[in-house]
Amino acid sequence: MSLDAATIRRIATLARIRVEDHELTSLAAELNGILGWIEQLNEVNVDGIEPLTGAQQMALKMREDDVTDGGYPEKVLANAPDRAGSFYAVPKVVE
Amino acid sequence: MTLTELTIASARQGLREKQFSARELTEAHLAAIDALNPRLNAYVTVTAERALAQADAADAALAAGKLAPLTGIPLAIKDVFCTEGVRTAAGSHILEPFVPPYESTVSANLLRDGAIFLGKTNMDEFAMGSSNMTSAYGPVANPWTRRQDNAALLVPGGSSGGSASAVAARIAMGATGTDTGGSIRQPASFCGIVGMKPTYGRCSRWGVVAFASSLDHPGPFGRTVEDCAILLGSMAGHDPKDSTSADVPVPDFAAACRRGVKGLRIGVPREYRMDGMPEDIERLWRQGLDWLRDAGAEIVDVSLPHTKYGLTTYYIVAPAEASSNLARYDGVRFGLREDGADLRDLYERTRAAGFGAEVRRRVLIGTYVLSAGYYDAYYLRAQKVRALILRDFTEVFVHVDALVTPTAPSAAFAQGENMDDPIKMYLNDVFTVPANMSGVPGISVPAGLDANGLPLGLQVLAKPFDEETVFTVGAALERTAQFHASPQIRAGA
Repeated sequence: MSLDAATIRRIATLARIRVEDHELTSLAAELNGILGWIEQLNEVNVDGIEPLTGAQQMALKMREDDVTDGGYPEKVLANAPDRAGSFYAVPKVVE
Repeated sequence: MTLTELTIASARQGLREKQFSARELTEAHLAAIDALNPRLNAYVTVTAERALAQADAADAALAAGKLAPLTGIPLAIKDVFCTEGVRTAAGSHILEPFVPPYESTVSANLLRDGAIFLGKTNMDEFAMGSSNMTSAYGPVANPWTRRQDNAALLVPGGSSGGSASAVAARIAMGATGTDTGGSIRQPASFCGIVGMKPTYGRCSRWGVVAFASSLDHPGPFGRTVEDCAILLGSMAGHDPKDSTSADVPVPDFAAACRRGVKGLRIGVPREYRMDGMPEDIERLWRQGLDWLRDAGAEIVDVSLPHTKYGLTTYYIVAPAEASSNLARYDGVRFGLREDGADLRDLYERTRAAGFGAEVRRRVLIGTYVLSAGYYDAYYLRAQKVRALILRDFTEVFVHVDALVTPTAPSAAFAQGENMDDPIKMYLNDVFTVPANMSGVPGISVPAGLDANGLPLGLQVLAKPFDEETVFTVGAALERTAQFHASPQIRAGA
């Protein structure tokens, strides 16, 4: 399958990356090249194979559901581009 | 004695015997950085004052007889490891203002063991690349140049290109890297040094800027196999802050370097014989197998039938995880912000301005393969092929103790080469990616030079949590290869 400009725009919106109109053609060519190459996975017979999510070969450890960290808002907010008190600040969302 | 030429093992000895101080060792490296970094661009940040303070503390500890495994050893840290109070940008413009208020577990472990940090090293943006050309902080030069054309700057490989270049040029004694598809082993091969990717879960990922969480492996660079073993011994260990960190004992990796290979069964995967692979690499591979046979190992032909699907599987799984991990860069909590008309416009402008072309490409691919209607066809299918790749390794390690292959299908190429087609660049990782898909440990050891005088590495893989066999076989190759060539650009040259 081949991605057209409208699909690229939809993906870019999902990814929250602004893409300018003049970039759509070259971006479509790049992404279609990669997706075309990836198509070779269709030759593999995966019937009855369980998907593998990760490389760790052991069960994840459980722990008590306790708060073990936190309580330092200044550290957490130290890198915020904009803040108001102990909060991150963003453009107005609700009128 | 040229202090910058020492291995970590010999510097440790020298420090203990008071042949030189940690301050002298650190100053020698800082002077070499001043002289060479303008040409190499291996470091993006040099923390000279901090390094000297750490050196003085190391000298005080040495005087008091309080020895830790790395007391007084100057290292470079890939700029993907968060370092408290020191800017960590992961090669990206979007993290340019980011100063972590915490220390990654791996770097904290190195500091606990007495290491000195010279600075942070350059890398491909978010570790996405095989040449260091995608860094927002400029390309890194490989300290090696072609015999016939020493003016052309070569890439150090990637993504840990700055770390590999620094260790090869003797402006760090060792370094940290991360390997998601080959990002430690391929640059080690390109720069003529040793790079080790341990088993998934051996080193904590806590505080490491995430690219693809199920594939990211922190690991060490050194100029010898033993140096990598020493560094990994400090970096490794269980960390409750990383849920995938393995709670298993950390063995004495350095001791494993001194074992022989007599009686070991070494597998040679037939699928790694690729059409169009340079003859120099084929020859070196055969030679490496002969060396191991002469040392008493048994060489066995084996098959990893899904090898050819490793890369394509990777280019679904890694972008999918990246698109999810990189969602955090939104211009709100940390990093770059570009103002917008509303919150959504702010997100979109921030991410457009902050991400480079390769990162944008992978985030878009990842978003697409995870999107409704395409998830099963791409992502789920890739996860199933990933299971088959792991099965190949599980089955082969019933019959052999280790695998030996070339590390990369080429030697270092020139800056700007392989840039016209993303897939051409991706092919660099064809021999390294399967170990990330399966989580098995691997090392690249410099084994010889090609016709242009450029280093080539051989890769050793073993079963999960058997890094000891990786070090044993790697050290045996190193002993026989007697690789003593050094790069044209290096401290003291």
